[in-house]
Amino acid sequence: MAISTTTPARAPRAAGSDRTTGPVRRAGSPAHRGDARLAWVLVAPAIVGFLVFAAYPTLRGIYLSFTDFRVLTPPQWTGLDNLRRLVADEVFWHSLGVTAYFVLLSVVIGMALSVATAVVLHRLTASTALRGIIILPFLISGVVAATTWSWMLDAQLGIVNIAIRQLGLDPVFFLGSSKWAIPTIALISVWKGMGYNAIIVFAGLQTIPPTIYEAGRIDGANEIQMFRRLTLPLLRPVLAMVLVLTVIGSFQVFDLVAVTTQGGPARASNVLQLYIYDKAFGQFEFGYAATMSLALFAMLIAITFLQMRLLRADESDTN
Amino acid sequence: MSASATVSGPRRRLSVGRTLAWTYLGGVVLVTLFPFYWILRTSFSNNYSLITHPSSLLPVDFTLGAFRRVLGIATSAESLAEGGSGASINILHFAMNSLIFATLSTVLVVFFSLLAAYAFARLQWPGRDLVFSVLLTALMVPGILTLLPNFVLIKDLGLLNTFGGLILPGALFSAFNIFFLRQFMLGLSSEIEEAALIDGASRLRVLFQITLPMTSGPVTTLSILGFIGAWNDYFWPLLVTSDDSVRPLTLALAVFKQSSPQAAPDWAGLMAATLVAALPMLVLFLAFGRRIVDSIGFSGLK
Repeated sequence: MAISTTTPARAPRAAGSDRTTGPVRRAGSPAHRGDARLAWVLVAPAIVGFLVFAAYPTLRGIYLSFTDFRVLTPPQWTGLDNLRRLVADEVFWHSLGVTAYFVLLSVVIGMALSVATAVVLHRLTASTALRGIIILPFLISGVVAATTWSWMLDAQLGIVNIAIRQLGLDPVFFLGSSKWAIPTIALISVWKGMGYNAIIVFAGLQTIPPTIYEAGRIDGANEIQMFRRLTLPLLRPVLAMVLVLTVIGSFQVFDLVAVTTQGGPARASNVLQLYIYDKAFGQFEFGYAATMSLALFAMLIAITFLQMRLLRADESDTN
Repeated sequence: MSASATVSGPRRRLSVGRTLAWTYLGGVVLVTLFPFYWILRTSFSNNYSLITHPSSLLPVDFTLGAFRRVLGIATSAESLAEGGSGASINILHFAMNSLIFATLSTVLVVFFSLLAAYAFARLQWPGRDLVFSVLLTALMVPGILTLLPNFVLIKDLGLLNTFGGLILPGALFSAFNIFFLRQFMLGLSSEIEEAALIDGASRLRVLFQITLPMTSGPVTTLSILGFIGAWNDYFWPLLVTSDDSVRPLTLALAVFKQSSPQAAPDWAGLMAATLVAALPMLVLFLAFGRRIVDSIGFSGLK
């Protein structure tokens, strides 16, 4: 409401000329006098949102992880009890193992296919239609993808198993067997996310000047050499970012599992986020669930840091 | 198309490689599109007849019954006669919930991010850089850490089972949106804005009549990506809603799937519901296909 008073845009032109702060600011901008008040008004909603729904919950989550909290009664401080429990909790370690297996499969296969698709697209065609088609699965929800693939992979009537039988092989109980549940969900996840990542990698490829490839070709490099010696090094920052985002996203997989197997059979696909959800909303152990969330957060930070270091993500090999 | 000829140089020598590459792309397109076709084919099938012709490429015993079931207009006798489970959902109601949830949360967060980004990019005020870098720390925190405490907060505020509870946590602030829009605004020439200021326009008028139109590209980008994200969100709605009055489509679909009997699922009905749930995204895709592709590529490169 104070907005109307903060608009003396006709301040003397000379006044604001040299009071610039940031290096980006060009000198000579008039009328920066009322800026501060207006700025706080404009930023206020974002600050409120940040404090109330990001900063406060983060701190509260850390606090709750040291408590016994069952929602209906106030949290009781229990120090490191939750952490001790977590270390001894076999289901937690099992879930972590299942999650790691899922992340490994979906990230390795997903990255390989995304890069391959992006490179092939880049070399063959600039067609937006083709790029559009491959991101279609990204547009639909995990629930839709999971439902569709549950149907296609159904042991009796699913088209995939019908095809497998026609090849003379035994049907595969994709989502119903302990052995196949996680690989199957990983493949659904790859199907859903591959196009999105390929588009980002494709955009990265477009920033590489074609003259570099011409030079490579003059030097007698073949396609594979050019891919290894030119494309991969130049793409490293983009690849690092896609990798980090995919790993973080995969660690938090939930909807695909919740709709296809609900963690089964026999906990074979009980990923960490499902276990956290079950502890919090199935057994109302919010304190313990918060401890697991914090542990997952710590792991994600460590993994991200490690990936960035290993990939030297901030620099490409251009120089 | 013609550009590829210039990029790939001597075409004949590479023809084997090119054939392989095109085959690979063809495979990718097939695997991408086939499930969509299969949704369509199954949803127009009679669920009983599906059992006898599971591999038919065309709808089996063509019927709109599955859609009547998910729109809640089939009688249970009709439903059972076509092999439905008897479970029905009023999918349009949930679609409306999704539309309200996705639209409001997208419009609000993009609007508030725009205001903040303008303040960070164009105004000069003490504390600007500090506040900006503090807000950016939110990019580091993954959802999992804040979800449970946010649920407790929404519960304490009495907002469970309301659109407020669904929308509010994400409506005011998005670190990525602010960063993205600020970055773009920094790249815009400020001369027109300053000319307008000199001519006596107010800062707010400059923001809405000059800066906003110039920023329409990234605003569209963020709106599309935000809408897709909210429409497809599952976990947060699962936490804060238990009541059909506000539940979005993703949850309704998951509940509908779980209520279908394990022994003889109503696959035709499930695929019809799936199609309806995906339809708005497919329409969005037809309307903004190129824009979405560009947005995704652009967002990846910052």
